[in-house]
Amino acid sequence: MDQSHLPRAKHSFRFFTHVDLTELTGLRARNLREMADILKAVPGSVIYHHTHRFLKQHQYLSPEPPNDFAWWAAEAMQDARLAERLAAVDTVNFKTLRELREKIVAIIEDRMAKRKTAADAPEGMEFHFMKSVSFILPTPYQAGDLREFSEALRKVSVHSIYHHVFEARLRLEHGVNDFSRWLEEELGEMVLAVEIAQLDPYTCTLEGLRSRLITLAENRMIESAESHHA
Amino acid sequence: MLEQYAPIVGAGVIDDLRLIAKKLAGRVVRNVNSTAVGGGVAEILNRMVPLCKELGVDARWDVIKGGEQFYAVTKKIHNALHGATQEFSPSDWDLYWQTQELNAAQMDLNADILFIHDPQPAGLIVKKTPGKGRWIWRCHIDLSSPDLAVWNALKPVVERYDASVFSAPAFSQVLSIQQVLISPSIDPLSDKNRDLTQEEVAAICDRLQIPRDRPLITQVSRFDYLKDPVGVIEAFRMVRERIDCRLLLVGGSADDDPEGAKVLAEVRDRAADDPDILILCLPPTSHVEINAIQRASDIIVQKSIREGFGLTVSEALWKGKPVIAGAVGGIPLQITHKHSGILTHSVEGTAYWLKQLLQSPDFARKLGENGREHVRDNFLLTRHLREYLMLFLSLDHPGKDVVYL
Repeated sequence: MDQSHLPRAKHSFRFFTHVDLTELTGLRARNLREMADILKAVPGSVIYHHTHRFLKQHQYLSPEPPNDFAWWAAEAMQDARLAERLAAVDTVNFKTLRELREKIVAIIEDRMAKRKTAADAPEGMEFHFMKSVSFILPTPYQAGDLREFSEALRKVSVHSIYHHVFEARLRLEHGVNDFSRWLEEELGEMVLAVEIAQLDPYTCTLEGLRSRLITLAENRMIESAESHHA
Repeated sequence: MLEQYAPIVGAGVIDDLRLIAKKLAGRVVRNVNSTAVGGGVAEILNRMVPLCKELGVDARWDVIKGGEQFYAVTKKIHNALHGATQEFSPSDWDLYWQTQELNAAQMDLNADILFIHDPQPAGLIVKKTPGKGRWIWRCHIDLSSPDLAVWNALKPVVERYDASVFSAPAFSQVLSIQQVLISPSIDPLSDKNRDLTQEEVAAICDRLQIPRDRPLITQVSRFDYLKDPVGVIEAFRMVRERIDCRLLLVGGSADDDPEGAKVLAEVRDRAADDPDILILCLPPTSHVEINAIQRASDIIVQKSIREGFGLTVSEALWKGKPVIAGAVGGIPLQITHKHSGILTHSVEGTAYWLKQLLQSPDFARKLGENGREHVRDNFLLTRHLREYLMLFLSLDHPGKDVVYL
């Protein structure tokens, strides 16, 4: 297919990848009070780690297990109601880790107010607080137009896709994923940018997300070719 | 050598390793531990050092020297850090520090990074010079409930390091220095884990006289109360009331382990003359045999009551088998309950899940597939190597949560 009509970006999209290291804080919570108090004090990178760990470690699972807080509420605290509310926190709707932290703390404190007892987790089931340290590296892949973008999406590692979709939006607080921003600002692809921004990446595997991104980009190329020939 | 891992983990993972290692090119990383052969640390270093070199990092490995009395003291320190109460005399600590001084005086400790493994050589930190080399203490021990007197003696020593590394979250302590979580790993190319053909598996099972005409439930672990082999027999008997199956308990010969021999005798007594319970004692070099046995099994059990990291779970998951394991030590890092395996807390729970998995082969197969993928992403040597490289790089960026390289 002739794609010479595709608009070219003034600034190419450079794909980065990320690798991370998990740091231990040495902090642990035995009950909901300690959990809420520590959550209020720890850096945002702790909140990020415990809401994204499963996603990174279970790239092959969909639906993946819930965030660490929900898992702990279910397995250690045996509190199915709290676990369900924590699992239902829709991370995609939060623009900052501060807002996400406030929501999680609010759910825990609401539950504490309703529960009559303040039980401790069994010994050995304490919650251990950790944080992610991200190292971001440039990959050799770049895209100047939609075709190159789609081709690069096939080649980069899932860690690269993870970085531009999850890390950029929430952790680096870019507000929107890097792909949508570039497509809109550099190629004027408003519709495609919105379509990608509206995906809920938390409900599919990273490979599934890659396929959806490629499909959206390729559909847009077909549309563009058809309107060019019309 | 690194390229051999590409078909298993994907070329992208090897590319990432090369990309990261470029940032460390030529740096000298000097590992120090207490033994060149035997034990998990030596096994890891034997694999890691050549791979680091292949990636352009100047990795080296030295071993401290000490007499029998020194190693008797460090054995006591090791046991105390694991939680056992030990008697220490002031001369024990004197000997520990004298040996550190002696080694520090004799060893070449020039390096960009000094990577010191476990308590035996931890005191070499006395040689730390400001501005010359960074020091990391790698703790391979379960520090979740240490003897506080010994830990309080060691803690100020550890806090002189630039960073520390632990294998599981529960092993971490409140420390004034950076603490990093790096789990151990398995080598997918080793005899214990490499792919075997069905013919190889069948030949080994025939040689060891393991029949395969009924579902086979297996636990591979030394004969130790903490691995609860008797509990496994009890769970098996509850299952066999309803389902036709066999149990295989595989362990070491326990010739030089008095407690192991006692546990083995008890296991044999409990098994009595039940023809469906097989007990197999193998020499410690039987890696390929263990590999074949795991592949021949339908369900693998690791019913530990207490565990360090419990890497045998990853070995079993790597074979794509559904695993039922005790929720202790590092096992919950390897198994997410009902996603990548089953976590249990009792004999009854183990029996319940054995029945469920034997009766629901699709679910069991899915657990096995998920477990293998979880190990591929998180517990193979390549991930371990990547995290060591990241750890070395992190020393250049203290206190930063996001680092652009």
